[in-house]
Amino acid sequence: MGDDGKLNRRSLLARFLAGASAVALSGCEKLSETTWFPKVLGLAEKATYKAQRLVLSRKAMAQEFTADDLSPQFRGNGTLMPNNPAYRVLAAGGFVDYRLDVGGLVERPMAFSLADIRKLPSRAQITRHDCVEGWSAIGMWKGARLGALLEAVHLKPEARYVVFHCADPMEDDGTSPYYESVDLEDAFHPQTILAYDLNGKPLPIQNGAPLRLRLERQLGYKMAKYVMRLEIVEDISRIAGGKGGYWEDQGYEWYAGI
Amino acid sequence: MKNLSRVISRAYLYCRHLWSVLMRRWRNAALFAALLIKRINETIRGWMRELRENWSRAVSSGYPYYRHSLPLRIMHWSNAVLLAMLLMSGLNIFDAHPALYWGKSSYSGVPPMLEIRSQENDEGEISGFTRILGHEFDTTGFLGASGNSEGDLTERSFPAWLTLPDRRWLSMARRWHFFAAWLLVINGIAFVVHSLVTRHLYRDLVPTRQDWRSIGRSIIDHLLLRHPTGEEAKHYNVLQKCAYLGVIFFLLPLMILMGLGMSPALDVFPTGWVDLFSGRQSIRTIHFVVAWALVLFVMIHVFEVIVTGFWNNLRSMVTGYYRVKSEVDHG
Repeated sequence: MGDDGKLNRRSLLARFLAGASAVALSGCEKLSETTWFPKVLGLAEKATYKAQRLVLSRKAMAQEFTADDLSPQFRGNGTLMPNNPAYRVLAAGGFVDYRLDVGGLVERPMAFSLADIRKLPSRAQITRHDCVEGWSAIGMWKGARLGALLEAVHLKPEARYVVFHCADPMEDDGTSPYYESVDLEDAFHPQTILAYDLNGKPLPIQNGAPLRLRLERQLGYKMAKYVMRLEIVEDISRIAGGKGGYWEDQGYEWYAGI
Repeated sequence: MKNLSRVISRAYLYCRHLWSVLMRRWRNAALFAALLIKRINETIRGWMRELRENWSRAVSSGYPYYRHSLPLRIMHWSNAVLLAMLLMSGLNIFDAHPALYWGKSSYSGVPPMLEIRSQENDEGEISGFTRILGHEFDTTGFLGASGNSEGDLTERSFPAWLTLPDRRWLSMARRWHFFAAWLLVINGIAFVVHSLVTRHLYRDLVPTRQDWRSIGRSIIDHLLLRHPTGEEAKHYNVLQKCAYLGVIFFLLPLMILMGLGMSPALDVFPTGWVDLFSGRQSIRTIHFVVAWALVLFVMIHVFEVIVTGFWNNLRSMVTGYYRVKSEVDHG
């Protein structure tokens, strides 16, 4: 009988605890929908960025592999064929008429044909592509060093970011083109290239032909495919959604170092 | 005139009748209220008496012992909340590519070790399956395909009630995961520093020579669910110490290391360390397996908490005080 009172109190307490955890869980769902709470969670991205830049040297090289490690098939992901008439015309012509426009905060805006780009200082590397979804694939890439290209157009002193404008629209109605941005530290990294070859052959369309970015120390979504135009800017907050990239505007991290 | 006086006298009689009925009812209501109050009073008095008896019995049969300090209690519960957040957001992240591999990449010509996916038959009905090392199991309803908020079967590796957020939302799950991960690391560092400074580590966690000698008896006691409630309950037993040390200094650091090993930036620190664990995808697999090892630990931990006196243990981790029963009771 002495235990009855105790059991009552405790079953009440237990029910309270169960209720509280249910409330906490649905509260987590509600919090995810607010605008302010994801920003609080986003503090972790800033911490990660600061911590990684602190422990890693600017020029630390991403791991490179041997031909034995190559994935038999390099997976194409996201857009496999841009829904863009102008791009399809270029593709049908073997990208002969393709021009990479480079403008913004540069002394000498230029347009590069694929032949021009192949003449720039290049680099070949066997690296691993790590997708934010969790899979990885290893491929051999060859491309023009982005740093060399940027030196050719002479950046203005206020230049801070390189923005990659792409040919692939992300909406079914042909709007919302893919874009990405990197800071100059990553742009001038020796392994950062505008790749035109994959596994010794011209880049297939599903992997971003004619030109895609390789940014080896970050996740796959940073490595824009179907690059059409480079814009050098001081501030990325006025472009599209303002977060520096298509997926960033959907809530992914701008610094994709983990 | 005569009629009028009759009407008045009728009205008077009626009013008197009504009054008496009301009075009777009122008296009944008052009586009922009084009874109710009396009953409530008795019940409360009964509870108080029981409480007093409990208390005096508690005092006579034992004494409160301050077992867990405030910083440790705060860190314990922070850990509990953070690990739940990490597990649930982690399962949501897993859902973005619900397959695990061994090796440097996912596409090396070798099929995945584990897949939790769904398939659709000709009638458009979906079912969930789990394939482990080539063995396929139908896990519809739990793994591969489970109900959404409307109760419809949808494609997802882990059910909504196990993931954070409850729907497939990789970017938000990553935010929760990395936020909680940073807090877990901070909590872990705080725990280690605190345990070294207060000597909690040596005093309470590192097994003594006598502990090692009693390990056989401790295993048997655990298997028979025999547990001390007296003086011995003031200290961790040897299996408990080993489990806690294993989780704190092996599983959790391994978990964090395997998390960092999935970063494309940190595998250069130093270059090649990821291959010591057989590569990126192996690291992802280890991260997943260790997560479930931690879940297993928590399940055993909660089981032991329940069988060794749930409320006493819970109280000691909330208020700090554990009621040590006097040996006489069990003599």
